[in-house]
Amino acid sequence: MKKIEAIIRTTKFEAVRDALARIGVNFFSLKDVKGYGLQKGEVHTYRGADLGADYIPRLQMDIVTSDEKVEEIMTTIEQAGRTGNVGDGKIFVYDIERVVRIRTGERDKDAV
Amino acid sequence: MNEALFTANNLWILVATILVFIMHLGFASLESGFVRRKNTVNILFKNSMIIAIGLLTYFICGFNLMYPGETATGFFGFAGFGLSLPDGDAGGIAYADGAYAYYTDFIFQAMFAATGATIVSGAVAERIKLNSFLVFTIIFVALIYPIAGMWKWGGGWLDARGFYDFAGSTLVHSVGGWGALACIMVLGPRKGKYTSKGIQAIPGHSMPLATLGVFLLWFGWFGFNGGSVLSADPMGVSLVFVTTSLAAAGGAVGAFFTSYAMFKSHDLSMVLNGILGGLVGITAGADLMSPMASIIIGLIAGIIIPLSVVFFDRTLKLDDPVGATSVHLVCGIWGTLAVGIFGSMAGGGQFITQLIGVLAYGVFTFVLSYLLITVIKAAMGVRVTEEEEIKGLDLAEHDMEAYTM
Repeated sequence: MKKIEAIIRTTKFEAVRDALARIGVNFFSLKDVKGYGLQKGEVHTYRGADLGADYIPRLQMDIVTSDEKVEEIMTTIEQAGRTGNVGDGKIFVYDIERVVRIRTGERDKDAV
Repeated sequence: MNEALFTANNLWILVATILVFIMHLGFASLESGFVRRKNTVNILFKNSMIIAIGLLTYFICGFNLMYPGETATGFFGFAGFGLSLPDGDAGGIAYADGAYAYYTDFIFQAMFAATGATIVSGAVAERIKLNSFLVFTIIFVALIYPIAGMWKWGGGWLDARGFYDFAGSTLVHSVGGWGALACIMVLGPRKGKYTSKGIQAIPGHSMPLATLGVFLLWFGWFGFNGGSVLSADPMGVSLVFVTTSLAAAGGAVGAFFTSYAMFKSHDLSMVLNGILGGLVGITAGADLMSPMASIIIGLIAGIIIPLSVVFFDRTLKLDDPVGATSVHLVCGIWGTLAVGIFGSMAGGGQFITQLIGVLAYGVFTFVLSYLLITVIKAAMGVRVTEEEEIKGLDLAEHDMEAYTM
């Protein structure tokens, strides 16, 4: 069992979601994340003064899946989420040790 | 003068009074929108107290300082504390030749008085100590505004020289603007405005509130200018409605194009300031201008707005969160001078007279306001602590938040 953690552009969310739906991935958890670093956020203007966001807003999708589907999901997110510009995001894959589905009490592979 | 006409005239001035009253909600709303949410209660508190202080001080001494009647000399007069209704018809139909009654005169002018201090409130937002601001407001509205106003509207020396200010581009707006300028010079900028990384934008928290405020102000301006005809004269009031609205529209368009050319963005806050700049600009000569001239005056006021905001922000490094100095001071000066350039009084001599008026009001109001806020600073302090500023004035001064979700 693996957890795929994908940091993607907020503007690419719908494309990635729909592409995942087409390969049968219909559930994931989602959170807003902020990137902070050398690359500055977009600079806007408010009343003539620069309004630079210090952070870069992105979305993080967490998908838990069986080992054999990992490559397909990674490739799908990669293709649907790419613009080719700096800031397209990253995908991380982790091992998952245990899983419990609370409603049924199923364990591990059955619960994924 | 017959009774029916007196009733109609008086009723119009009372309606105009109601319209000027609602401008205080406009100011409260606009200023709230342009500050951060952590300072919203504070700005609303100030605006609530300003209308109260304005009306009470105008009752106590303001009205009789501004309109001292026969006690007037060129520069100062005082007809005594409180109100004294003249007997019989002298307080009614005969008071202003059938145009309005004595009490109508008082309440209409009292609504104007508080607007001057409201202008200051926006400029000093987000860092001034509440009590220090209230002390400033009391003295500003009780003494500085009416004494200066008397020079023109009370029949003082500028009136005698032929200076013209129909509804207060100078007497109300520039006076408030000079007060605001003096205060932000002594007060200094908000923390985080001028940093080692350059000039930082500090966006307001609610553009819907700011927009609502500007539309309420425009709405109220029909009374501010329309009531300043000082009767329900059909030709006079209807012309003033036209020039007032066209100038506001011109201001929006002028600010739109200029700010887009300067910043490459459609900055709503600039268009909102542009509308107000147009309104302030037409106020000195709203009854003198042709519709076309009013559009040009508004358009130029709108063009001035972004240039002036950037000038205060970058060149002078004076932090004015709502643009009060640009809208009320700079456009107030422009509107006053425009009386010498456009409309039925235009001419070189009039322009010089207008300039003398602008300078006289500038020196008097700015110097007194600067002294006043400096004395307040020495006596009781003028800024909240850095910690309170970061926390926000709502919690620091009021133990309250504007939004609890």
